[in-house]
Amino acid sequence: MLSKTGAAGPGKFPNMKKIEAIIKPFKLEEVKEALSEIGIDGMTVSEVKGFGRQKGHTEIYRGSEYVVDFLPKIKVEVVLGDGQVEQAAAAIIKAAKTGKIGDGKIFISAVDEAVRIRTEETGEKAV
Amino acid sequence: MISLKKIPALLLAASLAWTAGTLLAQNEPAPAPPAPPTETVAAPPATPPDATLEQRVTDIEQYFQNMGVGGSGDTTWKSKIGSIPGPGHNGWMMACAALVLFMTLPGLALFYGGLVRRKNVLSVCAQCLCTAGLVTILWWICGYSLVFGKSFASGFPFGGSEFLFFKGVDSAPNTDYSYWVSNNVYAMYQLMFAIITPALIVGAIAERMKFSAIMTFIGLWMFVVYFPMAHMVWGVSGLMNGVWNADAKIPAIDFAGGTVVHMTSGWSALILCMILGKRLGFGKEKMAPHNMVLCMVGTGMLWVGWYGFNAGSAVAADVISSNAFTTTTLATATAGFTWAMIEAIHRGHPSILGFCSGIVAGLVVITPACGFVSPTGAMIIGVLAGAIPYIFVVFVKAAFGYDDALDTFGVHAIGGTLGAIMTGLLATDKANGNLVVDAVAGKNGLKELVTNGGLVFAQLKAVGITLVLSVVGTFILAYIVKMVIGLRPTPEVETAGLDVSEHGEEGYVL
Repeated sequence: MLSKTGAAGPGKFPNMKKIEAIIKPFKLEEVKEALSEIGIDGMTVSEVKGFGRQKGHTEIYRGSEYVVDFLPKIKVEVVLGDGQVEQAAAAIIKAAKTGKIGDGKIFISAVDEAVRIRTEETGEKAV
Repeated sequence: MISLKKIPALLLAASLAWTAGTLLAQNEPAPAPPAPPTETVAAPPATPPDATLEQRVTDIEQYFQNMGVGGSGDTTWKSKIGSIPGPGHNGWMMACAALVLFMTLPGLALFYGGLVRRKNVLSVCAQCLCTAGLVTILWWICGYSLVFGKSFASGFPFGGSEFLFFKGVDSAPNTDYSYWVSNNVYAMYQLMFAIITPALIVGAIAERMKFSAIMTFIGLWMFVVYFPMAHMVWGVSGLMNGVWNADAKIPAIDFAGGTVVHMTSGWSALILCMILGKRLGFGKEKMAPHNMVLCMVGTGMLWVGWYGFNAGSAVAADVISSNAFTTTTLATATAGFTWAMIEAIHRGHPSILGFCSGIVAGLVVITPACGFVSPTGAMIIGVLAGAIPYIFVVFVKAAFGYDDALDTFGVHAIGGTLGAIMTGLLATDKANGNLVVDAVAGKNGLKELVTNGGLVFAQLKAVGITLVLSVVGTFILAYIVKMVIGLRPTPEVETAGLDVSEHGEEGYVL
């Protein structure tokens, strides 16, 4: 189906990357603005839970103590052309950093293909 | 094995048959309601009144002081306002009855409902709702009569048979309990106490008892524990009613239900939760409250409703009621503050549940004392109420490992017991003149105990009787229910949550 437009095929991957950034929830607005400033105006955001070095916290209800392992975080996903990746990652780091444990992580991975459903455009034009 | 599904049907059939019988037998017209008092003011009767003007003024003064009319001793007269409710006292008591109902629905339902996991929130609501219906039916059939009747012998655990099926429970005051409050209003007011008491037990067994089992248990428990206790402490011929029964063998006092309400429910809750066993996954899974906001809203409603419970227990809007309103506020606010501050020091955070627990503990401990102690006494009670239940809820429960899910034992049993004892230590006739009235307190020994000390020993006897009746009664009833219909749902039902399995609904559809 994708071969209909002829943009994708074996050995002809478009040069795209996906950035997944796990950040502190209160930093979402700053990260969004930082990405907008460098011309990135689309992203997917989800509320996620997890833990890394920060670990969880303890909740106490009268006599009962519960260790809550998973802390709430925000995951921002952006798919970009190769050229923008470094700049975008730097912008996210600058906006999301507090210097304290629990600031989050950025993962960058290759993306094989992208399609804009409305127009059926593919590759970098679609992201 | 008795099919439980048949019990509600039988109850319904019995009440329908009774209703039909009454309707058929009712040939004579209903008695005319007493003339409204305004009529006599607007149009004085042509014939001279039986009482002199001075005597009629005396009657009105008696009303202001919540006392009887028509003179006494050698000088008596036919009062115009002798058998009608007094508007102020009666109006206040109707508001109080509604306030006490508000404590259960939705106050307690939200307080408890917020503290369970979301899959069981409706089961708590259902248990509170069903208790309201079940207890009302029992109250109409015989509950009110067994508690507040007096045709049986003085000191007998049940009152009498004169009010069966609310016979004669009309708008005229029942002067055994109040000169100015309608008998039916008094019956409704006391009904609300009978509803909230078993509903309190629900907190200890939350999230893991079959609906049919808890409702059957409550139905039986009313007869074995609540009706006898309420009669012995509050009935005019009650064994432990030091203020109203001149023949009381134990001249103890309990203003609004430290023994009758909180000790009975709290100690029964402990025994029932131990026989029932722990929730599946207790100590391993997270069983944190699913909604602390609901819990806080419920706590606020409990506090507001409790004014009806405590200040209303004066059965009048009089000096004793005003004092009870004041002591209730002081003790409750102080206990909530104290609990949270202890928690802040001990655990590092003053939690919402800490404030709420302290507030409820304060309300519980001041309950038996509110109409008998001074504001200073209330402050002492407030501090103790914030500290002692905290110890039981945090340390004792952990040490013994029983699963009192929502701390009915730690708060109500301990709070009620503490309150009964503190009432013995702090009660003063400066707060409540009834403690030294010669006609009653002078005869049963209460006056002597209040004046010269020793009231606390009478209180300890009442505590002992309450404790034994609650523990033994619950033990026997719990095993009967366990043998006949079983207490626990299947592990599958318990894991899925009682809401979907037992009530076919979910609390939250998001």
